[in-house]
Amino acid sequence: MNIGNSLPVFILLSSLIPGLIIFFLREESRRLRTILNISGALIKLFLVAMLIWGVQQEQMFETRWSLAPGLEFVLHADTLSVLFVTLSSILWLVTTIYAVGYLEGAPHRSRFFGFFSLCVTATIGIALAGNLLTFVVFYELLTLATYPLVAHRGTSDSISGAATYLKYTIVGGAILLLGVIWLQTLTGPFDFVQGGILDSLPSELHPQLKWIFVLLIVGLGVKAALVPFHGWLPKAMIAPAPVSALLHAVAVVKAGAFGIIRIVYDVYGVEFAYQLGLLTFLGIAAGFTIIYGSIRALSQDSLKKRLAYSTISQVSYIALGASILGPIATIGGVVHLVHQGIMKITLFLAAGNYAETLGVHKVSEMNGVGKRMPGTTLAFTIAALGMIGLPPIAGFVSKWYLGLGAFEADVAEWVLPVLIISSILNAAYFLPIIYRAWFKTKDGEWPQESIQAGALETRATLLWPPVFTACLALAAGVFAGSVFSPLEWAELIAIREYR
Amino acid sequence: MNDSLIWLFAAPLLASLLSVLLPRKAVLICLFAVSITLISSLIVLSTVIESGAFYYALSGWQTGLAISLYVDGLSALMLVMTAIIATAISIYATAYFHNAEQQRFYWPLWMMLLCALNVLFIAADLFNLYVGLELLGLTAVALTAIDGKPEAIRAAIRYLVVGLLGSLAFLAGVSLVYTAYGTLDIAAISEQIQVNFYSGLIVTFITIGLIIKTALFPMHFWLPMAHANAPAVVSAALSALVIKVAFYLIIRLWLELFSDFNNVGISYLFSTLGALAILWGGWNALHAQRLKLLAAYSTIAQIGFLFMALGMILLLPDGEVRNTLIGGTVILAITHGFAKSALFLAAGIIQQHAGHDRINELSGTAQRLPITTFTLTLAGVALIGLPPSGAFLGKWYLISSVVAEGLWLWVAIILIGSLLSAAYIFRLLGHAFGRIERPKRLLAIGREEVPALLLALTATLLLAFTAAPLWSILENASGVYG
Repeated sequence: MNIGNSLPVFILLSSLIPGLIIFFLREESRRLRTILNISGALIKLFLVAMLIWGVQQEQMFETRWSLAPGLEFVLHADTLSVLFVTLSSILWLVTTIYAVGYLEGAPHRSRFFGFFSLCVTATIGIALAGNLLTFVVFYELLTLATYPLVAHRGTSDSISGAATYLKYTIVGGAILLLGVIWLQTLTGPFDFVQGGILDSLPSELHPQLKWIFVLLIVGLGVKAALVPFHGWLPKAMIAPAPVSALLHAVAVVKAGAFGIIRIVYDVYGVEFAYQLGLLTFLGIAAGFTIIYGSIRALSQDSLKKRLAYSTISQVSYIALGASILGPIATIGGVVHLVHQGIMKITLFLAAGNYAETLGVHKVSEMNGVGKRMPGTTLAFTIAALGMIGLPPIAGFVSKWYLGLGAFEADVAEWVLPVLIISSILNAAYFLPIIYRAWFKTKDGEWPQESIQAGALETRATLLWPPVFTACLALAAGVFAGSVFSPLEWAELIAIREYR
Repeated sequence: MNDSLIWLFAAPLLASLLSVLLPRKAVLICLFAVSITLISSLIVLSTVIESGAFYYALSGWQTGLAISLYVDGLSALMLVMTAIIATAISIYATAYFHNAEQQRFYWPLWMMLLCALNVLFIAADLFNLYVGLELLGLTAVALTAIDGKPEAIRAAIRYLVVGLLGSLAFLAGVSLVYTAYGTLDIAAISEQIQVNFYSGLIVTFITIGLIIKTALFPMHFWLPMAHANAPAVVSAALSALVIKVAFYLIIRLWLELFSDFNNVGISYLFSTLGALAILWGGWNALHAQRLKLLAAYSTIAQIGFLFMALGMILLLPDGEVRNTLIGGTVILAITHGFAKSALFLAAGIIQQHAGHDRINELSGTAQRLPITTFTLTLAGVALIGLPPSGAFLGKWYLISSVVAEGLWLWVAIILIGSLLSAAYIFRLLGHAFGRIERPKRLLAIGREEVPALLLALTATLLLAFTAAPLWSILENASGVYG
């Protein structure tokens, strides 16, 4: 057997198998559960490292399995999959460590970690899917695996939040499926190919291709939280912090954005999509979402809700990058897939720390929190400044490339205002938080201080994950020019897309 | 190898008689008989895969005189599905009954039902089909009434009357055939049959008879009461198998014997009835107050999907696209068989634990039975048609054919029907997440929960990833009986 070809399968199994075993563990077997989780995550990282090395050498990794005539289950690894797989694997490890600390003593932990691993498996499957059928399979699996996580607490609020989430995503999934099947009736079965395949279709099919594009983008836009399909996201905030972190940084929202990239670059081909006039449609949707999300974030007092609207806005930078023709904008959009992930996970983990340690859920309760929890607040600050786009943090790199790309494609007259307005708005909703945390003095007791400060400000498992991801966000910006940085990898993707 | 064909109905028949004579050994006898049908069906399937469809005259008489049997890829698949589901139901049934008298009636009747099912899948003449249908109808009614509750008796009587109506229509068709052609052998009829008013009447009677039996809208009204009030072991067989065999006969007859009668109007008629069934069944399932009633309405909707697909098959010209859709329809039917039996068996476990099956009061029970809740989830995934499940593949081809023909109203109905099924399944699963501590033991009653779980796993993972050979097996359906 050729190990190389089945490497994608093993990467999937490294989270699937621990997940399935964990379902059957007793609640008390905490140690075994943690060992399974962490070793699964470490094995996955090791396998992903092998994958990165191979893909950079243009080695082919592909597994095919025939499901039915004309329907094949294909896993394969190209540069784009590798980017998303790497992001997911690293953040899975970080979030798992965090979740172990966060859920200490909470009920139903076996169920939680079981679905958590399934959720990551589905995300990795989305990254490695080699054709639309496989993509849809994992996309739906992701819906099924995240629903129990959102509903996890079992209160009536979380069950209704999860129900809203489900309504949006199931309908979105159905629309996506319709688009995919319709496309397949025109083309027959095909794999994702860098540069796309649809430009070879006869021109009388072009009107149908436009409709299909709209169906696909709407179907994916539900998970990517494109306005007006974003309504589930603020409600799903009811989920435990590690779940929100994962949902916003890697799993659900990012899966939608990743799908949009796949459709634009590897199904339609960015140049063909441009010829059909579809990029303008996508660009308007993305630009509108960016501004709308930022404006809504301004008025949220709940920290998690503010972050949620910020996600809606930030994830659309990825779609914005995809909607601008030209390699530089492509680099900006693709690299933001990673940058937004590491910055946003930092913010959510930090928000979880405030809630878990001090009972602080609202922005208005955050006065002076920097003195009490300096590590967490520093991590939060770095990530928030990155989101605003301050150099040398990762977010700056994304925005810089998006802006340059807009000039290159001659669409700067509307892209640049979007970028600038959104950055101002980003600053307007993040800077007051940072100011309160560091410079205002604490007024009264913390709402519910359940973890006392010792040598560390909170539990080690809660503190180190956000600090680590904040460092990643800083490193991704500072070392953007070096080998194997997200930026360098995004350049590789753009080169292979436009050659 | 042909002996296996006989054992398929002889073993349950003998077991039925023996279990009346030796009620204390009934369970053992019947389990033995069921395992024989399982082995035989697998042998039959492998024979068909190796050497194609075959025709068999019982006791060596010539065609026309003997009882003749016919097996091809389609019937072999149905036999295997039936045998596997029957095995699971039988194992479950060993733990299900707490009333000795019910158990004494259950086993002989259940074996008789299994015998009738297998006869219907392999009979090659109309007379045996009629006998099989009567036997099936009567045993199904008796099983429905087995627990003796007033609602069950009332449902059973209604079921009996409607069932007799169906058989009567079928019999009318059969006697017209005999008067016209002097034979009931399907192969012989297919050589003589021509499209005219008289034969049109035959086709109408037989089709209406079978439509009543398969509960296609608007002939569905008897189903919810019967399936919801029968004991879970019985409902599982009724919904997964009894309904399915009537659909099997319709698809078989319309693709072969009646194929000359096919026209655009007929295909739209089937699709339209299917569409109405999808909407009506889905809507009522969403508003059902009881779990088993939900499952019963869901069956009506699922039958709707099958008829929608049948209409599309009849609309398409011969060729690869049509064959692929036939395969898709078969896998949709098979997945429904596994998923629905799993759902009913799981519902039975919940009913026994909670003492009721009112959906709004199920939270605690669902959380105390994690494995059964998991079974419900998997069965639900297959009923909605989400991946990974066999139904996903089936729906893919159905949607694909409807889109290719540009029938956007049907597209909308299929999507709405699937969303309705998602809505009623998740309405159920919402109760699985509460604040009750997880029980120490995951399995409450292994003999009931494990068979149900295995059925649900078959409907989802197994059929999703290993169904590819199904399409080549179906190519062994030779077109005409014999």
